[in-house]
Amino acid sequence: MIRYSIRRLLYALPILLGINLATFVLFFVVNSPDDMARAQLGDKRVSEEAVERWKSERGYDLPLLLDSSAAGVQRVTHTILFQRSLTLFSFRFGSSDSGRDIGEDIRTRMWPSLAVALPTLLIGVTVNVLVALGVVSVRGSLLDRGTLVAMVALMSISALFLIIGAQYLFAIVLRWVPVSGYADGLSAARFVALPVAVGVVSGLGGGVRWYRNLFLEEVGKDYVRTARAKGLRERVVFLRHLLPNGLIPILTGIVVVLPTLFMGSLITESFFAIPGLGSYTIDALRNQDFAIVRAMVFLGSVLYMLGLLLTDLCYALVDPRIRLD
Amino acid sequence: MQERKVRRLEDPFAWLAAFAALALCGCAERPWNDPNIEFDPAGSTLFQTFSERPKHLDPLSAYSEDEAVFVAQIYEPPLQYAFLERPFRLEPLTLASMPEVRYEAADGTLLPPDAAPEAIAFTRYRFALKPGILFQPHPAFSRDADGGLLHHDLAPGVVASLASPWGLPSPGTRELVSADYVYQVKRLAHPRLHSPVQGLMANYIVGLGELADRLRAEHPEDTYIDLRGYSLDGARAIDDHHFEILIRGVYPQFLYWLAMPFFAPMPWEAEAFHAQSGMQERNLTLDWWPVGTGPYMLLENNPNRRMVLARNPNFRGEPFPARIAPELASGELKEAEGKSMPFIDRAVFVLEKEAIPTWHKFLQGYYDIAGIPRDSFEQVVSYGVDGSAALSAELTEHGVELLTAVEPSSIYLGFNMRDPLVGGLDERARKLRQAIAIALDTEEFISIFRNGRGTPAFGPIPPGIEGHSEGVGGINPVTHRVVDGRIQRRPIEDALTLMREAGYGDGIDPATGRALVLGFDTVAGGPDSQPVLDWHRKKLARIGIDLVIRATDYNRFQEKMRTGNAQIFQWGWNADYPDPENFLFLLHGPQSKVDGGGENAANYANPEFDALFERFRVMQPSPERAALVARMVELVRTDSPWVWGWHPVSYSLHHAWFRHAVPHPVARNSLKYRDIDGPVRTSSQRAWNQPRLWPVLAALAVLAVLAFWLARRRAAPPANAIRPVDGQRA
Repeated sequence: MIRYSIRRLLYALPILLGINLATFVLFFVVNSPDDMARAQLGDKRVSEEAVERWKSERGYDLPLLLDSSAAGVQRVTHTILFQRSLTLFSFRFGSSDSGRDIGEDIRTRMWPSLAVALPTLLIGVTVNVLVALGVVSVRGSLLDRGTLVAMVALMSISALFLIIGAQYLFAIVLRWVPVSGYADGLSAARFVALPVAVGVVSGLGGGVRWYRNLFLEEVGKDYVRTARAKGLRERVVFLRHLLPNGLIPILTGIVVVLPTLFMGSLITESFFAIPGLGSYTIDALRNQDFAIVRAMVFLGSVLYMLGLLLTDLCYALVDPRIRLD
Repeated sequence: MQERKVRRLEDPFAWLAAFAALALCGCAERPWNDPNIEFDPAGSTLFQTFSERPKHLDPLSAYSEDEAVFVAQIYEPPLQYAFLERPFRLEPLTLASMPEVRYEAADGTLLPPDAAPEAIAFTRYRFALKPGILFQPHPAFSRDADGGLLHHDLAPGVVASLASPWGLPSPGTRELVSADYVYQVKRLAHPRLHSPVQGLMANYIVGLGELADRLRAEHPEDTYIDLRGYSLDGARAIDDHHFEILIRGVYPQFLYWLAMPFFAPMPWEAEAFHAQSGMQERNLTLDWWPVGTGPYMLLENNPNRRMVLARNPNFRGEPFPARIAPELASGELKEAEGKSMPFIDRAVFVLEKEAIPTWHKFLQGYYDIAGIPRDSFEQVVSYGVDGSAALSAELTEHGVELLTAVEPSSIYLGFNMRDPLVGGLDERARKLRQAIAIALDTEEFISIFRNGRGTPAFGPIPPGIEGHSEGVGGINPVTHRVVDGRIQRRPIEDALTLMREAGYGDGIDPATGRALVLGFDTVAGGPDSQPVLDWHRKKLARIGIDLVIRATDYNRFQEKMRTGNAQIFQWGWNADYPDPENFLFLLHGPQSKVDGGGENAANYANPEFDALFERFRVMQPSPERAALVARMVELVRTDSPWVWGWHPVSYSLHHAWFRHAVPHPVARNSLKYRDIDGPVRTSSQRAWNQPRLWPVLAALAVLAVLAFWLARRRAAPPANAIRPVDGQRA
């Protein structure tokens, strides 16, 4: 398993390089270093000299991909791509183009993101599993079909509608929770309650349908029939036998998203004023802050690949039939 | 055993009890939906929002509104605007009196105050500081028993553990001295600080450009520069309370710059403190942690969530102004006269990116002031027959008050004067531009797209600034006329006549024999902008012009403007200071965007206008100067390099407990004048936000019925159970 992990990590390097290159090219197709300088320096009274100086200080006055005037290895190293992108592999994110330390910003902003994303995931999975088990237990009935229709309807409602509707109902009409905001420590609970609830509900449709299918597949298997033949009550059959086996694909599905929970959610964080990482990248794109964009894309890619690796490892751990060679 | 645990989880009564307990736990003194739980609403704390995080809090770099709202409360330049006087007037802030101005000839001879501008080689401003002004508490000033600076050699571990400067013990202070102002002037030359006014000031302050060149040469790397070791001919401390600034020639508007944070004092200790190793990695830079003498200091700096200003305990106090313009006078302001400012202890600025949550929180009383969301405008504001704005009954019942103010800004549609079709000063192009100016009905535009939040412009200078005239005397005769004493836009027939005279009868371009095609360069390409763009097309179609929308992204648009490839474009300018020079320079030929990289976006160049401007720019306000302004305005009205769009009118709302709500369109240090009635706010918040519990009670009732039904169902034998027959055991 260790050899497998090392091999997968090595495979990740060229992928990360490719992602870095793609981010770099896409960013600089739309923005030029001049644009970036002007975005940072403002609209009023910006002189050409100030723009040139800004670029020079941050290394944006170098050639983008290849320095044909340099010799040897400097043809590659004396470029914006090398100096501003490839250094990320040492996980030194440096300063944003507006002068703030990116690492510090990420460390500060990931906790509010987690405060929303983690409960949303855990509660969401629990609710999805329970509802899915419930409808599987009455499969084929009117309740099952009605639930399926409700879930499809739920999938059709946009998250934005749910957010605005929930804010209106719970914060304005019923006045149970704040419309938006955030606080540190335990006080955060009253602020994240609504975004978590919205997150759970918005994921309910897809989640229940998927888990229902998984449980339906399991419910017809021999071990379930054996458990019933032993005279166990249906509830025990579901919770002690069906659930643990059905959870294998569910757990691996969770593991793959676990690392990316740090990255937050754009719409939720924006509407609920959660100071997380969700809007960090979008703000950076709007402000043409390439330093943040490249750091966040790199971090997101690393975390996603880490999630995929953990998923594979989890499969091997929970399912003895799978071996990682 | 396992089965029993499972059953307990399924017990509906356990869930009901847990839910009820949770609901009861929530019963507290404060409303459940209060988002400001970390602050006491009864206290003297202001709650408001910001939508864009500031990029800089260093007074040298901060220039935008998003930054000024913080910086202007913390730093104190030498001058400020008399907040309650109109017209706008400068007065001393940290100075004992207004600066003494001396004119000197090239050989240093003192010239009389009425000397001809061309004879004046230098202007020397001499400043006398009020004694006893202290900086806010800050660890940069802390000293040990031997007088050494306590926190200027921090161990890396200490810096790494800091979240803010307030993590260090024993913050100190010291008196503001003239060297702090001189130090800030030298910082204008700092090669890494990128002050937007560096280029402008280098043209005036003697030796500033040379100092910038020297610093750039001596410090090519990003290292700390102790500017005390450098002298600057144009800024000199005479003693602790007197200093002077020497500028080339005459620049009457320089005084206005002295009321802006660019000239706020900077203690060298603060710069040295924040230059320590590891501070940048913790975002503990001078750009994020200001150190000033103003009424407030930055207590919490989290631009991703909120910024908190707290009263500076070392602030000297400043009496509330006694001189109040008659149009602003009220009992509330009269009552505050002479009282020591600031009134508010703390100001909490919360980052709100979305309009809807912000608006609802304002309605719930959790923000003290707010703007009006575009989508809700018609539900909130209605106009009377006389055009006056009034709030909806619901808001009026809540005690919400509306404040409107014409902003010192001009939004206009510009013609690229270098363009062969719409540009140039010949009769054909001038008449074409005039026809377009008539056809674009600004009044209708303001009514449809701005909800009436604007006043039509008749020239480049907005209301409240010398050179702007109200009423029939101030109209632009090219686009408007007076009929029966009322101002009216000229009829479209006048525009058609001008088109004919320009050689475009019925809008036909003689070069092509088809409709004249003009390009509107804009960044507004989204669906929201479509009605606006369609409106422009329809208006110009009335005079036969086929307007082609050339939508592009912001970067390409800026590039077009810099290279002179735009034809017609929309642009705007927000005043730096209330002087006609700050608007007329936008039409000064040498400041053309294409040729000079300046702010003359239309690239307008009229030799007569330029000559008048050169004379006007060095004159003190006087009837002669006013005549020059009038002539320049007349010239640009005739040449029409802009379609004089509108001057925005800001609409802001505040609750009844927000006091001294007087707008000042130019001054940014307004927080110290405001006041809050905390107890009124607390009672209003409670009254407006009582939680509605009936849905919980209804749900509990339904659950109880359900639980009862389930319990009954369990107790009853199933309908298909085998019943024991007589004589048999079940």
